Amino acid sequence: MFQFTPGELKINSGDRVTVELFSTDVVHGFSLDSYNFELKANPGQTAIGTFVASKAGVFRFRCSMACGNLHPFMIGKLQVGSNLLFVRGIALGLLAVIAAFFSPTKIIRPSIEINRMTRLDLTRFPLAKTLLRSRWPQFLLRAVTLAGFIFTILAGLFGSVVGSHNFAIIFVWIAWWTALKLFFIPFGGRSWCSICPIPMPGEWLQHGGILQPRGKGLGLNKRWPKALRGRWLQAGGFLMVGLFGAVTLTSASVTAVVLLATIVLALVLSLVFERRSFCNYLCPIGGLTGLYAQAGPVEMRVKDADVCAGHAEKTCYNACPWGQYPLALKSSANCGLCMECLRVCPKNNIAVNLRPWGSDLGPKTKHRLDEAFLGLVMLASALVDSAVFLGPWGQLKSAAYAIGSFQWLIFAGTFLFAALGVLPGLYAAAVWDSMRQGAVKTTFRQLLAHYSQVLVPLGLMAWIAFTISFSFAKFSYVLPVISDPLGWGWNLIGMSGKAWVGQSTYFSLLLQVVTLAVGLFWASRVARQITGSAKQALPLIAFSGMFSLGMLWLLIG
Amino acid sequence: MKKETLARLLVVVLVLLAVALPVGGQWLSNLNHPNTIELHARMPENGGWSMDTIQAKVGKPIQLHITSDDVVHGFAIGKSDQHALEIIPGTFTDTTLRFDKPGKYTFYCTLWCGPNHWRMRGTIEVSGDGTPLALDSQPLYLKLGIDIDSPQAAETIPSDKASAERGAQFSNLLPAYAVDQNTYLSTSPAKLWLRLRAEPTLSSLSDDPLWDAVAWVWQQQTKPETISIGQKLFTANCAACHGETGKGDGVMVRGLPTWSPGSHTSGDMNGQSTGEGLYSPPDFTSPQQLLGASPALLEGKIIRGGMGTGMPYWGPIFTTQQIDALVSYLYTFAWSSTNLQVK
Repeated sequence: MFQFTPGELKINSGDRVTVELFSTDVVHGFSLDSYNFELKANPGQTAIGTFVASKAGVFRFRCSMACGNLHPFMIGKLQVGSNLLFVRGIALGLLAVIAAFFSPTKIIRPSIEINRMTRLDLTRFPLAKTLLRSRWPQFLLRAVTLAGFIFTILAGLFGSVVGSHNFAIIFVWIAWWTALKLFFIPFGGRSWCSICPIPMPGEWLQHGGILQPRGKGLGLNKRWPKALRGRWLQAGGFLMVGLFGAVTLTSASVTAVVLLATIVLALVLSLVFERRSFCNYLCPIGGLTGLYAQAGPVEMRVKDADVCAGHAEKTCYNACPWGQYPLALKSSANCGLCMECLRVCPKNNIAVNLRPWGSDLGPKTKHRLDEAFLGLVMLASALVDSAVFLGPWGQLKSAAYAIGSFQWLIFAGTFLFAALGVLPGLYAAAVWDSMRQGAVKTTFRQLLAHYSQVLVPLGLMAWIAFTISFSFAKFSYVLPVISDPLGWGWNLIGMSGKAWVGQSTYFSLLLQVVTLAVGLFWASRVARQITGSAKQALPLIAFSGMFSLGMLWLLIG
Repeated sequence: MKKETLARLLVVVLVLLAVALPVGGQWLSNLNHPNTIELHARMPENGGWSMDTIQAKVGKPIQLHITSDDVVHGFAIGKSDQHALEIIPGTFTDTTLRFDKPGKYTFYCTLWCGPNHWRMRGTIEVSGDGTPLALDSQPLYLKLGIDIDSPQAAETIPSDKASAERGAQFSNLLPAYAVDQNTYLSTSPAKLWLRLRAEPTLSSLSDDPLWDAVAWVWQQQTKPETISIGQKLFTANCAACHGETGKGDGVMVRGLPTWSPGSHTSGDMNGQSTGEGLYSPPDFTSPQQLLGASPALLEGKIIRGGMGTGMPYWGPIFTTQQIDALVSYLYTFAWSSTNLQVK
C-alpha cells in the first residue's frame, strides 16, 4: 500500500517506455510529472501505456487515484538519462560557496547612522502608523483567524474523512503551512504570531478585555520555571511533530484534536503563567518562527535610546505580552510583532523597521545553546520529512504512519538518532575543527551557541525548498475545499471537483535548486562573518554544504 | 467601553458563523433532500458499506448519495443490467434506483479493494405489491447431485492442443447425444471423450482427432459474443485472484499455498470455509483442471463458492446468462493451453 515497486526507475533519454501498472490492493493511478502520462489500474487488471521519454531529468510519478491516507505521498522516481539539474545544482552550490568567500565580509559596526541607512521605519508613513497603532485591523484579523480556527476544528472532527476533501487538512497543512514558510516568515519574521488565534482566548482573559487590556484580568501570573526556559521544549515539540507527523498530516480528525488540545493547553497555561509563556517556551511553531525571524526583514526597535533612558515608567515593558523590553531588544527572535509597545509608548519612540534580511546574525549578536539545538532539530526534520513525504521509499512512509508498530519504533529511533546524534555530532565536529584553526578565547560551549547562527539561513531556505514540493505544488486543492469545506458534496463557489494531482514542474524544481543555493550562500556568508578567518569558516561551510547536498538529493535527485 | 462591547460582539458573531456553517449546512441539505439516502463505502476492514440493508417500496424511486471514505469502490445491483458506478473518495455520486418487483436485491462493490472486497455487499429490501422477484430455478449442479467440493481432475487429456476447426470434419460422425446441449452442460470434456471413445462407430478415429471433435462440440455450444462477455466479467471480478491469464496467480492470492486435491477437506473444515483466500486458486491453463469439469460443476462453483478455498459466492451477483458466459470463457483457458505436452 502507498508504494510503487520498483520505486525508482532509470531509463535512457528517447526510449519508448511501456509501463505495465498493476495493483495488488486497491485502485491506484500513475501520473508522471511533466509528461502528461496517466494510467489507472484496478487490482487484477494490468493497465498498459506507452510514452516516449523525450525529456531528460528526474521526474516523480505519483498515484492519481485516492487510495487512502498516505495517497498524497505515494511517490516514485523516474530518471530519464542523466539528472542535469542535480549536477547543475551542485555546481551552483559550489559557486554560492565561492561567492560567499569573496563577498565583502568586513562587518560594518551597527551604528545609528548605518541603521538609518538600512532601516525603513514604517511608522514614518501616517497611514501605516495609523493601521499599526489602531487595535482594530489586528483585532479583526485575529477574530477571523480565531473563527477560522474553530471552523477548522469542526471540519476536522465532523467533515469528510478523506483528507483532500477536508478543510482542516488542506487549510492547515497546505494553505497555512505554505503561507507560513513562503510568506509570513521570509517576509515578516514572526508576523504570523501577531495574528495567531491560539493564545488569544487566554490573553483576553489575562487582559480582562479583548480589544485592549483593561487591568482586571484573570490568572495566577506565575513566572515560567527557570529550568524550562529557552527553546528546548519547543525543539522537543518539533521532534514530536516529526515522529507523529505522518498521521497528523493525513488525518483530519487527528489534526482537529491536535489543534483543540493546543488551544486548550495555551488557555490553561495562560491562566497559570504570566504573559505568553506558551508561545515563548512551548509552541513548536513559535520556536521555529522565532529562530528564523532573526533572518526576517521586520523588526521592532526604539527610535532613540536616550528618550527611553529618560522615561522611568517602562510602559512598553509592562504592556508587552512577550515579556520584552524594547530598549534592550537586540534580536527579533522573541518579539511577536504584536505592536503593543507602539500603542502604549507615550513618547512615540517605537519604530517598526523594514531591514535587510539576516540583520540579527553577525559576530556581535548573542546566541544560546538551545537555539543551536532547535536549529539542528529543524535541519534533521527537514531531511527526514523530505525523505518520508517526498521520497520514493514506500516502506519508510508506512513505518512512519504505523505509530506504535515495530517498524515505527525503528523509524522513530533512526529519526531521533539523526536529530539528536548524527547532525549535532557533525555540527559539533565542525565547530570543534573551526576552534582548532584559530586562537579563539571563547570556550567550545560558547562557540557551539555562537556558530549556530549558520543554521538559521540554512534551515530557513531548506524549509522553503521542502515546502515548495510538499504543499505549494498542491495549492490546487485549496479552491475546491473552500467550495466544499466539509467534503459533504457542497458547491459553495462552484469550484468543487477533482483537484489537479499536484505535480512538480521544471519551474518548481529550479526554484528549489535556487532556494537551496541561496541558503548555502547565505549560511557560508554568515559563517565567514562570525569567524575570525577563512580557515575557521571552512568547517562550518563544509557542514552547510553537506546538509544542502543532502536536501538537494532528496528534493531533486 | 463601547468599543470593547463591539469587539466582543464581533468575536461572538464570527465564532457563531463558524459553528453555523457546518450545522446549518447539514440541516439545509437534509431539508432539501429529504428522501436521499447517504451511503458510505469503506473497505471491509474499515467497516464495509455504512448500511447493510436499504428499505425501498415498489415503484417508488430511492435516491442514493454515495461516497467512499477510503479508496475507489464501485456500486452496482446484482443481477441487473445497470452499469456499475465508480465511487471516488471524497466526492459524491448520485443515483436513483427504482424497483418494479418486491424482493431482496443485492448491492455490491464492483472494484477489488483488498482480499475481502467481495464481502462488501448489502441488501435492498423492496416491499409492496406486484409479482415478486422470480426465484432462481434450482441450479443444475444440485439437480444432478454433483459434489462441487470434491476434486474433479480430468481422467484423460489430449497429447496435443485440440482444434475445433479440425474437429469440424468429424462432426457428421458424432452421435446425436454428443451435440445435445444437456450432454454439454452435464459432462466434462474428458468424460465426453471417454464416452465417444467407447463408441464403435468412432473407432476409426485415433485419440487426438477425437479430442478435436470434443473441442468442436464445446465450440458449438458457445458464441464468440458470449465468450467476450465472459472475458469482461472474468477480468473485472475474477482476475484479482485467478490471474488475468487464468494461471491462479492473481494479486490477491500471492503468497498463499496452492490448492491441490490433497488440500481438499470437504466436511472436516466446518466454519473455516469462507476464509479470505485460504488457497491460491488452481491453474486453469493446466488441462487436468478444466477438462475434468462439466459446465454444471463450474456453474455450481461460481454460484456457491466456498470449497474450502476462500472462493466468494457469486450467486446473488451474476445472472444465469452471465455465469454461462463465464463458464464458456473459462474453457478457452483449457483449449488454448500450451502445456498440453505435459502428460
